[in-house]
Amino acid sequence: MAGTSDIKGLLTRNVRQSGIYIAFVFIVLLFTVLTGGSLLSPGNLTNLILQYSYILILAIGMVLIIVAGHIDLSVGSVVAFTGAVAAVVVVQHGLPWWLGILAALGVGVLVGLWQGFWVAIVGIPAFIVTLAGMLIFRGMTMQTLGNVSLSPFPSSYQKIAGGFVNGLFGGPGYDVFTLVLAAAVVVVFALQQWRARLAKLTYDQAVEALWIFGIKVAAVAIVIMAFAWQIAHARGLPMVLILLAALILIYSFVSQQTVFGRHIYAMGGNLQAARLSGVKTKLVNMMLFVNMGLLSAIAGIVYSARSNSAQPGAGNMFELDAIAAAFIGGAAVSGGVGKVQGAIIGGLIMAVMSNGMQIMGIGQSTQSIVRGVVLILAVAFDVYNKKRAGSES
Amino acid sequence: MNDSILEMRSITKRFPGVTALKDVSLGVREGEIHGICGENGAGKSTLMKVLSGVEPAGTYEGEIHFRGQPVAFHSVNDSEAQGIVIIHQELALVPHLTIAENIFLGNERSRSGIISWGETNAQAAKLMRRVGLDENPVTPVGQLGVGKQQLVEIAKALSKNVRLLILDEPTAALNDDDSEHLLGLIRDLRDEQGVTSIIISHKLGEIAEIADTTTVIRDGSTIETVDMHGGGTGPSGRALIPRIIKGMVGRDMDSMFPERSAEIGEEVLRIEDWHVTHPTQPDRTLIDGVSITARAGEVVGIAGLMGAGRTELAMSVFGRSYGREISGQVFMHGRPANTKGVADAIASGIAYVSEDRKRYGLNLIQDVRRNISAAALGKVSRSGWIDGNQEISVAERYRRSLNIKTPTVLSTVGQLSGGNQQKVALSKWLFTGPDVLILDEPTRGVDVGAKYEIYTLINELAEQGKAIIVISSELPEVMGLADRIYTLSAGRITGEVSAADATQEHLMELMTMERE
Repeated sequence: MAGTSDIKGLLTRNVRQSGIYIAFVFIVLLFTVLTGGSLLSPGNLTNLILQYSYILILAIGMVLIIVAGHIDLSVGSVVAFTGAVAAVVVVQHGLPWWLGILAALGVGVLVGLWQGFWVAIVGIPAFIVTLAGMLIFRGMTMQTLGNVSLSPFPSSYQKIAGGFVNGLFGGPGYDVFTLVLAAAVVVVFALQQWRARLAKLTYDQAVEALWIFGIKVAAVAIVIMAFAWQIAHARGLPMVLILLAALILIYSFVSQQTVFGRHIYAMGGNLQAARLSGVKTKLVNMMLFVNMGLLSAIAGIVYSARSNSAQPGAGNMFELDAIAAAFIGGAAVSGGVGKVQGAIIGGLIMAVMSNGMQIMGIGQSTQSIVRGVVLILAVAFDVYNKKRAGSES
Repeated sequence: MNDSILEMRSITKRFPGVTALKDVSLGVREGEIHGICGENGAGKSTLMKVLSGVEPAGTYEGEIHFRGQPVAFHSVNDSEAQGIVIIHQELALVPHLTIAENIFLGNERSRSGIISWGETNAQAAKLMRRVGLDENPVTPVGQLGVGKQQLVEIAKALSKNVRLLILDEPTAALNDDDSEHLLGLIRDLRDEQGVTSIIISHKLGEIAEIADTTTVIRDGSTIETVDMHGGGTGPSGRALIPRIIKGMVGRDMDSMFPERSAEIGEEVLRIEDWHVTHPTQPDRTLIDGVSITARAGEVVGIAGLMGAGRTELAMSVFGRSYGREISGQVFMHGRPANTKGVADAIASGIAYVSEDRKRYGLNLIQDVRRNISAAALGKVSRSGWIDGNQEISVAERYRRSLNIKTPTVLSTVGQLSGGNQQKVALSKWLFTGPDVLILDEPTRGVDVGAKYEIYTLINELAEQGKAIIVISSELPEVMGLADRIYTLSAGRITGEVSAADATQEHLMELMTMERE
C-alpha cells in the first residue's frame, strides 16, 4: 500500500515521541500492580489531579521556555508570591475572590516583564536572571506575608482548586455529566485524528495502516472513558481538570499552529538563522517570559486555593519538577525540540511515580532518588538519540 | 640560503568525492621566506594541514622530508616536536589568560606539576623582546589589539624552538601599520635568527615584497615555483605579479553555464556610499564607501577574495545584521528603503541567502516545510494562525519546481545533501517574494549536478525580472553567471567590468589591488 508504513518503521521513526507514551503506560501498569490497584481507584485518581495540577500548569510554560533555549528557575518563588498577593487581597482586605485572582495574574505579568527585560533587552542568560528571580520573589513573598501564613480563603476562592462539577445531569451514584463530556472529547479527538490522516494522504505522506490507526484511536478512547468512569465515581469532574484541559488545548495549538509558536521553535533550533529570517527575537523572548509569569500566577492561585492558605515557603522546588517534566517529556537540552503534550506526559510520569510510591509507603528520601534517576535516564535517552541521528547524516 | 629544509613530494590527498591535492610538490630552502598563492579552494590550507599533521600520515599519498629526513606526522604535536609551527588565520589564543600564560599554554614552565611563575614570566619577556612586543607579560591577551595578538602567536611559536614557521593569511585581519610591523618581524627572524617561513597570502603586493620564492597552486596542483629575485637577471619583485596572477587563475571553465536571454530593465537596487566598521574593533573599516546598483533582470557579480568584505557588505545591507557604525543609503526602485532590521529589509523586497547555510541559513533539526516558510510565515497564516495545509502545499510547490530531493517535505533538513539544503534555503527566500536576491557563494559545498540546476534557477529568476547579486570567489562562476561584475578588495570597489569584457587575469588583478 502506497503511503502507509508498518508498525516497526513507525515505532523506530517516532521513537522519540512514542517512547514517552510507552514509558508512561509501563509506569502506570507497574505502579498499579505494586499498589494492588489503589493507584487507579476513583479517589486516588481525583487526588492525583488535584495534587499535581499546578506542576502541569507550570510545565506547559516551562517547555516553551526550554524550546526557546532558556530555563526558568524562579517559577516556584513566583507561585508563592502570586498566591501571597491573592491572599492579601482576599483574606486580609476581604475583597471579592475575583479581585484576588486579577491581582495575582497582574503580578505574574509584571514578574514576566521584569525577567523578560533582563533576558530579552539586556541579554543576560535566563539561568542567571531567573536564579536572581528565585531569590527576589521568595523574599517579596515573605515581606508580603509578613513571614506568617495567611488563611483561610473564603469558599468561593477555594472552589477554584477544590471545586467539582457534579450532578449537573444527575446520575445513579455517579456523575453522568463527566461521562458525557468525556464521550464528547473522544468523538472530537477521533474526528480530528481522522481529518489529520486524510490531510496527510492528500499530501501523499506516510500514514499508519488503517487497522493500526483504529487501534490507536480505540486505545485512547478506552483510556479516556475509563478515566472518566473512575472520576465520575468519586467526587465528579474537578474544576482544575477543566482548567488544565483548556490550557493544554490552547498551548498545544499556540505552539504548533501559530506564527508566535513557530518563532519559538525557530529560535531554539538556530537563533542566528531565525534572526536572519526576520524573527523579532527580543519580542518573542519578552512574550515567553510574560507568559511564564502568567502561568506561574495561575499555578499560584490553584496552589493557594488547594492548600487554603498562602505560606512563605509555598512552591518550594516546583521549578525543578516543572523542568524535569519538560525534559522527561522529550524537550532537548539544546533547545528547538519539545512539545506541550510531551511535558504533560512527563509531568504525569513524575506524578504517578510520586503518588505510587507514597501509597506504597516509600520514604521521601527514596522517592527523591528514584525521581532523580528517572530524570537522568530520560535525558540520557535524548542525548543517545541525538548522537545516533548525528552519526546517520 | 642553500640547503633544502622541507621537501614535499607528490602529495595526493583525497576526500570523499573530491581530490583536494593532486601530485603536489613543494620545496622550501633553509632560511628563506616562501610565499604560497592560490585562489580560495585551490588546496593551500589542505597542503598545510598535511604538513602539520592535522591530516595524519597515511591519509595521503606522497612523501615529506624535513631537514633531510623522511617524516610521518600523526598529529600537530609530532610536527611541533620537529619545529614546524603553524599560525592560523583565526588566532588560537585564550583571551582571559595573560600573554605569558598563552605563550606557554600546553608547554607550561613547571616543576613537578607546579607552575613556576618567575620562570614563565621571565622567559615570556625574553620571547616578547624577540618579536618586538612591548607589553607587560601579565597583561591579558584579550586587552591587546589583533596585531599584537599575532605577535603573541609568533612568540609562542618561538618558545617551541621553531625552525619552520607557517603563517596562514597573517595580515588579513591587520591594519596597514600592524601588517608592516609583522612583515618586518618575519624578515628579521629570517635574517637574524635563521627562521624559515611559509606565508600564505592573497595580498600579492605583500608576497612580492617579502618572499624569496613563491609557489603557485591551482585546483590542487602545483603550477609553478617562482624565484622572486629573478635569479639575478630576470624580472623580480612586483614585476612578477602578473605572472603569479596568470598562474592562479587560468582555471578551466569546467562547469557549463546555461544560456540566458533576460531583458535588463529599470534599476531596482542602489547602494550609495556604504561604510561599515568591524563589530568589535572600532579602528577597522570593513566596507569603505561602496556604491553599487542592480537592475531588474540583471545578474550582478561581486568578486572578491577571502577577507575582502563580501559577506560583510551583504549582511550589513540586509537589516544591518553585521558590523557597527553603518552609514550610507539603500534605494529600492529609486526610493529610499528601510533596511534597519531584517524584517524591514525583507519587507523592502531584499533577500539574502547566506554562504554558511548551517550557521545562518537553516534550522537543521526542523523539517523542509517549516524551513521554507520560516521567513514568510505571514503568507501562510491569517491573524497569527498558520494554515498547515497551505504551508505544506507551498513546500510541495517548491520541492517540485526546484527539484529538491527529499523523501517528503516533512523530512528533517539536516538529513539532506548540501545541494538540496541549498535549494531549501533558496526556496525559503524565494517564498518571501523578493525583488533583489543576494546570493552569497550560492554553490559552496554543492555537487556539480546541483550546481547546474542552481545556475539555471538563477537565470530563470532573472528572466522573471528579479535583480540578482551573486557573491563568489570562483571567477569562472562569476563570469559565467553575471552580466556585470564589481571587484571588491579590502572593503572597496576596485573595478566594474562588463562580463563580456572580463578576463580572469584582469579580475584577479583588481581583486588583489591594495590600498595605495
